[in-house]
Amino acid sequence: MASLVLTAPQEMLARTAAEFVSKHGGVDRQRRLRDEGGELGYSPEVWAEMADLGWLGIPLAEEDGGLGMGLAETVLITEAMGRGLAPEPFVSAVVFAGGLLADAGTAEQRAAWLPPLVDGEKRLAPALLEAGSRYGLDRVETRARPNGGGWSLSGEKVQVVGGVGADGFVIAARTEGGDSGLTLFLVPGEADGIEVVAQKRVDFRNSAIVRLSDVHVAAGAVLGDAGGGLEPLGRAVDRATVAVCGEMLGLMTEAFERTVEYLKSRSQFGVLIGTFQALKHRAAKMFIEIELSRSTVMAAARALDEGSDDAELQVSNAKARCSEALILVTNEALQMHGGIGMTDEHDIGLFMKRARALEFAFGDAAFHRQRFARLRGF
Amino acid sequence: MSDPSAFREEARTWVEANAPEFLRGRASDPNAWAAGGRKAPFIYPESRDWLLAAADRGFSVPTWPEEYGGAGLSRDEALVLHEEIARLALPMPLTGFGYSMIGPTLLDHGTEAQRAEHLPKIARGEIRWCQGYSEPNAGSDLASLATSAVRDGDFYVINGQKIWTSGADQADWIFMLVRTNPDVKKQRGITFILVDMESPGVEVRPIRLISGASPFCETFFHNVRAPVHQVIGEVNSGWTVAKALLGHERTSIGGMGRGGARASLPDLARDYVGVDETGRIDDPAIRERVTQCEMDAMSYGLTIKRHGDGLEAGHKPGPESSMFKYYGTELNMRREELMLSIRGPQALGWEGEGFEPAELNQTRTWLRSRANSIEGGTSEIQLNIIAKRVLGLPD
Repeated sequence: MASLVLTAPQEMLARTAAEFVSKHGGVDRQRRLRDEGGELGYSPEVWAEMADLGWLGIPLAEEDGGLGMGLAETVLITEAMGRGLAPEPFVSAVVFAGGLLADAGTAEQRAAWLPPLVDGEKRLAPALLEAGSRYGLDRVETRARPNGGGWSLSGEKVQVVGGVGADGFVIAARTEGGDSGLTLFLVPGEADGIEVVAQKRVDFRNSAIVRLSDVHVAAGAVLGDAGGGLEPLGRAVDRATVAVCGEMLGLMTEAFERTVEYLKSRSQFGVLIGTFQALKHRAAKMFIEIELSRSTVMAAARALDEGSDDAELQVSNAKARCSEALILVTNEALQMHGGIGMTDEHDIGLFMKRARALEFAFGDAAFHRQRFARLRGF
Repeated sequence: MSDPSAFREEARTWVEANAPEFLRGRASDPNAWAAGGRKAPFIYPESRDWLLAAADRGFSVPTWPEEYGGAGLSRDEALVLHEEIARLALPMPLTGFGYSMIGPTLLDHGTEAQRAEHLPKIARGEIRWCQGYSEPNAGSDLASLATSAVRDGDFYVINGQKIWTSGADQADWIFMLVRTNPDVKKQRGITFILVDMESPGVEVRPIRLISGASPFCETFFHNVRAPVHQVIGEVNSGWTVAKALLGHERTSIGGMGRGGARASLPDLARDYVGVDETGRIDDPAIRERVTQCEMDAMSYGLTIKRHGDGLEAGHKPGPESSMFKYYGTELNMRREELMLSIRGPQALGWEGEGFEPAELNQTRTWLRSRANSIEGGTSEIQLNIIAKRVLGLPD
């Protein structure tokens, strides 16, 4: 396996990303966007600036308009975004939808969608979840019926991150007739029969219900092979999972550092509460969990970049570890802040709420432990 | 030899040509591992052949410089060599405190004369070492140690008692901490010195442990004379050397968390618990614990690799050894507990009939493992070190 140390260019990218997020206000921006209550939930000018920096093409090949970098670099961007709770739909639009298109799309589909995605002109959203699907990628009720030379789609997707304002959706549907496999479709946002309704989640990120009522698409809208959508979908989900792990890593690191600072500044009984061994030991254990998490994220990103045989194992190991560490750290952060942490005015609660959304993205710890056990034949 | 894949070929050829047939497949037999020394016999003569063959090639201490008996390998190359040795389930040619603790410490802190005197003997397994740190009243609070050393011409005269000196009854030399100044802050009056166990006035008594074994001793010093030139580092600066050595010790103890040549947990579980019709471990709770253990070991191994990659890239070593010591030992103890659960009543054997040798060994390794979170600084001390030195939390 490649070295688990950042190269000089990677360190530079990480620093630039951290400065970018804090320049735009860090956590304060997330709070302001939430308070304004807009359905978009993120800043179009920040998105445009990310495009200018080339970041919306980081994991995409140069012939698709991207920078041709790997997940090892992508997680540096998501880590910085996680630290500042940046709400831009980078993982869903670029890593997931963009990556899926790059993987399974025809030359024509890639040319139509990827360069404008990288330039920030068109926004894509993957519509994965349904109310009953939990984490099973094949638990899909949305139907695709052959219609003329094309298809008719009907169903309801939920919690489509970045769905509000999206120019196109990647939609998984069960194809009627034939082998009833899963087929992926690229559906323009303005197609007749699509209704997009904003959803409010605990993390106040852009999220939407996407209702499809006999949405007619041409044969050319199929992404990859009809009935063969599960495999490219699984690969895209693995890449997006690692990108989310980077975001979790940034979030837990920031929440932890804020908590350690609090332990060094808050006095009770006439002493700093950081002198109490009951808190010190828990802080030290959190530090270790974060260090372990960082190793797993770096390893999973490199394993996917290299196409290693154990890449899926590494992905599940990272997601399980980060999920547990993130919940530990954000729960402990709140406890150690005491009463002030329960107030909306204090930021630590924002970290805890975002943490839950990331924990459940692409499977929680229990799901990934089960997957790990299945892959290893336990 | 900068390309590890080219080196693998060389290492494989060498191992195939030099490893005694008898030792192949014996990695899990503690009797096959050798720490050398004048007093301790090799239980299997093949262990001696294996050690000497390795020493001739510098592979008993592969990362040490060639002038001290090593092969000058990089960390990655040494890892490849270890993998090739593990591939045939062989014991490492050399183990023990000389190899893992005092050797690296001398490389960092010894004078040229001290290195030249001691390192080649360690590399060839001629001298076995033990560690004189803890005392009856200086355990977690190690710096309060009281064994005294008073200068008398070219010698120090040592009086006092050490405890938990692992293998003192089989060791030829001891590296120890002594108090050379009782009138300053306790960390500032400690000196690190090497003492020949043959010196008049050294007395060793083994301590019987809960596992039935006696790996530890009490070691008494009555007017023991040690030459001044055996002081490592400056007089009264022994605490710095001691902490550096504890770093090596913690990394070494923590290394057990990776599992190494140990029995495979999933195989053990399949064997004792059984499998269901789909081939899965037939107990969901055991399956979950096995999975958790394997994932933790994977994450821990990756963290050790990341740390090593960082050192290779020129990062300064920090207090990470406390993290490795804490997590590695807790993980190892958890694995021992899980192996007991997996074997169930068959894990209860002490000796005699009715139990397989591996089951009897299990009882002892589980009991032995309970010391992991105590020796080399307790788990609580490691967490204190992280809180203070990494997180900067106030005293």
